Amino acid sequence: MSSLRRRKPINESSDSKHKAEEEDEDHDDVDADGDDDVNGKNKKTPSKIKKKRGEKPPKQPKWSCMDTCCWFIGCICITWWLLLFLYNAMPASFPQYVTEAITGPLPDPPGVKLKKEGLEAKHPVVFVPGIVTGGLELWQGRECAEGLFRKRLWGGTFGEVYKRPLCWVEHMSLDNETGLDPCGIRVRPVSGLVAADYFAPGYFVWAVLIANLARIGYEDKTMYMAAYDWRLSFQNTEVRDQTLSRIKSNIELLVATNGGRKVVVIPHSMGVLYFLHFMKWVEAPAPMGGGGGPDWCSKHIKAVVNIGGPFLGVPKAIAGLFSAEAKDIAVARALAPGFLDNDIFQFQTLQHVMRMSRTWDSTMSMIPRGGNTIWGGLDWSPEEGNSCAKKREKKNETQIADQAGSENAVCKAKSANYGRIISFGKDVAEAPSSDIERIDFRGAIKGHSAANTTCRDVWTEYHDMGFAGIKAVAEYKTYTADSLVDLLHFVAPKMMARGTAHFSYGVADNLDDPKYKHYKYWSNPLETRLPNAPDMEIYSLYGVGLPTERAYVYKLSPHAECSIPFKIDTSADDEDTCLRDGVYSVDGDETVPVLSAGFMCAKGWRGKTRFNPSGIRTYIREYNHLPPANLLEGRGTLSGAHVDIMGNFALIEDVIRIAAGASGEELGGDQVYSKIFNWSENINLQLDEEIPVHSSS
Amino acid sequence: MASNFLRLRKPYYVESTINCSSSSDQKLVNLSFGIDETRNQTKKRQAKEHHGRRSCLDSCCWVTGYLCTTWWLLLFLYHCCLPFTVVHEVPELMPAARLKREGLTGIHPVVLVPGIVTGGLELWEGKPCADGLFRKRLWGGGGFTQLLKRPLCWLEHLSLHNETGLDPPGIRVRPVPGLFGADYSAPGYFVWDVLVKNLAKIGYEGKNLHMAAYDWRLSFQNTEVRDRALSRLKSKIELMYRANGNKKVVVVPHSMGVAYFLHFLKWVETPPPMGGGGGLGWCAEHIKAIVNIGPSFLGVPKAVSNILSAEGKDVAYFRAMAPGVLDSGTLGLRALEHVMRVSRTWDSVVSLMPKGGETIWGNMDWSPEDEHVCDFSKKRYFRLSPSDNNVNKSNAKQVFRVKDPVKYGRIISFGKAASVLHSSQLPTAVLKEILHMSASRNFTSSCGEAWTEYDEMSRESIQKIGAADKAYTATTLFDLLRFVAPKMMNRTEAHFSHGIADNLDDPKYNHYKFWSNPLEMKLPDAPNMEIYCSYGVGIPTERSYVYKLSPSNKCKRIPYQIDTSVDGEDRSCLKSGVYFADGDESVPVLSAGFMCAKGWKGRTRFNPSGINTYVREYQSKPLTSGIKSTAHVDIMGNIALIEDILRVAAGATGEEIGGNKIYSDILRMSERINLRL
Repeated sequence: MSSLRRRKPINESSDSKHKAEEEDEDHDDVDADGDDDVNGKNKKTPSKIKKKRGEKPPKQPKWSCMDTCCWFIGCICITWWLLLFLYNAMPASFPQYVTEAITGPLPDPPGVKLKKEGLEAKHPVVFVPGIVTGGLELWQGRECAEGLFRKRLWGGTFGEVYKRPLCWVEHMSLDNETGLDPCGIRVRPVSGLVAADYFAPGYFVWAVLIANLARIGYEDKTMYMAAYDWRLSFQNTEVRDQTLSRIKSNIELLVATNGGRKVVVIPHSMGVLYFLHFMKWVEAPAPMGGGGGPDWCSKHIKAVVNIGGPFLGVPKAIAGLFSAEAKDIAVARALAPGFLDNDIFQFQTLQHVMRMSRTWDSTMSMIPRGGNTIWGGLDWSPEEGNSCAKKREKKNETQIADQAGSENAVCKAKSANYGRIISFGKDVAEAPSSDIERIDFRGAIKGHSAANTTCRDVWTEYHDMGFAGIKAVAEYKTYTADSLVDLLHFVAPKMMARGTAHFSYGVADNLDDPKYKHYKYWSNPLETRLPNAPDMEIYSLYGVGLPTERAYVYKLSPHAECSIPFKIDTSADDEDTCLRDGVYSVDGDETVPVLSAGFMCAKGWRGKTRFNPSGIRTYIREYNHLPPANLLEGRGTLSGAHVDIMGNFALIEDVIRIAAGASGEELGGDQVYSKIFNWSENINLQLDEEIPVHSSS
Repeated sequence: MASNFLRLRKPYYVESTINCSSSSDQKLVNLSFGIDETRNQTKKRQAKEHHGRRSCLDSCCWVTGYLCTTWWLLLFLYHCCLPFTVVHEVPELMPAARLKREGLTGIHPVVLVPGIVTGGLELWEGKPCADGLFRKRLWGGGGFTQLLKRPLCWLEHLSLHNETGLDPPGIRVRPVPGLFGADYSAPGYFVWDVLVKNLAKIGYEGKNLHMAAYDWRLSFQNTEVRDRALSRLKSKIELMYRANGNKKVVVVPHSMGVAYFLHFLKWVETPPPMGGGGGLGWCAEHIKAIVNIGPSFLGVPKAVSNILSAEGKDVAYFRAMAPGVLDSGTLGLRALEHVMRVSRTWDSVVSLMPKGGETIWGNMDWSPEDEHVCDFSKKRYFRLSPSDNNVNKSNAKQVFRVKDPVKYGRIISFGKAASVLHSSQLPTAVLKEILHMSASRNFTSSCGEAWTEYDEMSRESIQKIGAADKAYTATTLFDLLRFVAPKMMNRTEAHFSHGIADNLDDPKYNHYKFWSNPLEMKLPDAPNMEIYCSYGVGIPTERSYVYKLSPSNKCKRIPYQIDTSVDGEDRSCLKSGVYFADGDESVPVLSAGFMCAKGWKGRTRFNPSGINTYVREYQSKPLTSGIKSTAHVDIMGNIALIEDILRVAAGATGEEIGGNKIYSDILRMSERINLRL
């Protein structure tokens, strides 16, 4: 482009040179500049210019504004096309050259590296995507969604969110009572590898892993994406779509068509819970389960490689359900106060989000499980003594060691009460438990606030609660994992009624109790036994080294008619206790705390326990988070963040080795950076069977 | 103003750098500092002076801008008005909407089996030239843009291995799974999409609708060997059967998918090492009906011309219109040779060769379509008035009989004379003579790297085949092909057979190469199953060809081409070297309808359990729009066809949707075929 544009001036510049020299003698410098510019600009020969200086320019049809506009657009278009053409003509490996020129040679992708080592595809691989990352497409919709048949509503470009937001919300919501399709709307998961390879264009989820597996010879017949509708409760995916049956049939097919080699299952995020559910379902007898018989898992599964698994739930889910916000939203609200809350544009974004996400049963599968035993009570938590200094060290590596040490000491002196997952006010969060006066909310009568009918069509259950209910909630001051479930029952009774029919959050006292045969316990690792499959292996792969939400400081929001009455108190900050913007954070992968991801493999299932009667071997593989070195690396190959870890080279290498037949010992056993073992020690959970057969300690 | 200023920025800098070379350094400094100072000044001057001449570049920009703006404006208007225009079309496009009002809901799970060419293919492993195309489409969808970007690379990746018919080393191209595999063949060119939309209207979704995507380049048994495609299909059907309350599936194969599914029917009931081990009765248990769309049961003559010279009617026309373009080697393109080189590695093309030999397709002097009337427009006309149907027909026949009947049986004739002369006047045994001749001579190729097998033949034998006034029937055709493409035929004849079985109980018919030939297999024992043959009629369809030697006789050339100069008189079946018969533009009626009309009708030796068969023809109407088209692929959007499929999927039997519906002469043609049943 530039060469084209330049051609003219260059041709003339030879002329103008003479002139410039001429004029150089006559005028001072500044003046000469002006003349030169004129020459270049008007593209006239010098003689003409001289003429023109005295006279008026010759009459020419004038460029109207319209013409100028057209000219301008044309210019831009042509430039754009040219650049596009150049971009397309550029060899595909060009960006890589640039990157390598700047950062030095990149390491081989793990697939290439391992192929050189001679690894080959061996075990078929099953991917189980997590919440939110799977695509959903429309099969039947209301009139407002005309023309969107089999177009993605979730995943992809999300174009429809901007075009017709209310229509979109309507189609993404499920029925409030049944948790299934609303009348006349069918939104279904996209099937195949395309379901979750990319979440949005350029934002990979499984794509990097798939590409690397393909390098050592995997293809469609040896890979299977167990796409499911992540909005539904796990058992409902079977009821509505027969998804569990399909997964069973597909795993059987994979094993049969690959010479009897067992599959390696790779669930991510909520997929971990979904697959736990599946393993129980498939061995349960027919009407409720899949009828695969008691040794189905040991016959068909080699290993379950859980990536970033929220085995015991995530505190984030609480914030999401309670006030439809998380750290990010809270920060946005703090940065631009009033923007999310104002009703001027009738947006009510958060309320709509809440109304929609509360119809999704699956969000309730992520509520912290195990109650106070796992997550800590008012005055203790397994992570006690965790310091934020570690993180700061990473941020500022120039910090002197002993300075960090001293900070450590401070932190120990004043540790956060992580057990109090929700506290109303910072003082409550820090005070010793004996100082907190709590009024039980459970019996409180919900008043009806009269003016609620004006809230248009936005529905959240808060409107049924009234002022009295809200006040009662706030006066209980602080909530631990146990009382949280009660709190949610109180503020969202309908949702929790649906949820508790499908999920359970406790710890089993006696696993032989026949009630545990019900499917609602299947996805809770503390209320189920692992299948009888002594040769199977369970891995827990997750990132560490990122601050992860663990507990929240809430406040009552200035009451407006239709808004959500609670919100995170972003003004609450405390350097020493890891409190930032109203959120206490601990070590984890930005979404799942280490405790949730690692505890089962570190202790709950280690050896022969009552949750793992056949002694399935478990391995923990942690990946320390390192931010990408520069912008060119994109999301980095060393990331430990919840989703970005799917592009972590070390993790991919581990996964490929397992798929190619390596056992956990061959990988190197546990690889731990966090204090997960210490923290697990702090948790006092009975692991032996009631009649002790074999003591694991 | 601002725009003008922008335009001027560049010349400033250019100027200044050039000046600096001639004048002092000091000046450069001043210049660069001076720009800001003089900005205002220049602006003023510019206002006065810039209405100078428009340079060429300016005009260009102006024109482009003008066009762009207009385009955007139109686009904007189009998008604004789109909702209004769509509203009018919707009720017509959606037979499902009407059927749903009638209370129809989907009951039986539906399996779609795409045909050749319509399924998408994506890259899993490639050569360096295909960098960055991992899991991108090479065929179908946006894949054809790669054809333009890197044509040779693209061809290389789509070829299969010359000897095994499987992947070449280092390249893995796999079918795109799922409904995306074949809903659109190219952007905007629907294949299955309309049908899928309609099925969805009456309640179908992912759990009861499945697209059996397979790699259509491979021979059918190889899809199982390489991709386990047949096993997957079996498991999918079993799953859908179970997951939908033990409702049998309705299978909808299209084009070559028909033969593929026939293969599957036999495969699934055959015991393991070769078959799927579903056991006898698997089909009876799992399949309700097979609705074949545009079925190529007995092959298509098009496949012959494709293999022989990589051209069809369209290519031949094109060559006639722009002679020399396709043949010129100056651009180094040689498109046809490349096409031939690639398509000859695809085993599946051979599955489409005419099956049944002279018994079905006619011999030198006889063909089942003998009484065919070629004036399609006229035929349509008298179809509209059934009352005087007979009168018209006899008239037409009389007119027709004055002339010689078209000798459709001669699928390939070299020279027009060979296609019309009586058989006794034709030389015989040319092929054997040449075979004998070339076998005795130890021939070495003079063409260097062999592109097609033509390069491995001696020039003399090529000449000899072409020069002789020789015609080939469906039977002798294979001798010709075996001669011109021995390797390909060797490879593919291990996978396909094109004969007629004398005794179906012969144990050799247990081999998989017979499974896709309806004349060499028994239908499974499934008396409650139904087989539909649904296809379009009323469109001239290629039936036989007149060939000639191509003028350029060099290496790496295809030595034969369709003789486009040969034309019959007005209203004759011969046009540009191609004889046409009735059909759907690709598949002649004979191939599509014979099995349902006669071969399997009632209890025959090919259909021992008496599976009910129905022929459903869809008449092409003049000036058809999309929704009424009956062409081979467009028929997938035909509302009458869609309605039939929906009704069958909702549980109707063949009798309930009206039994046979016939417009063509298929029954009379079938009568004339003398096949022991």
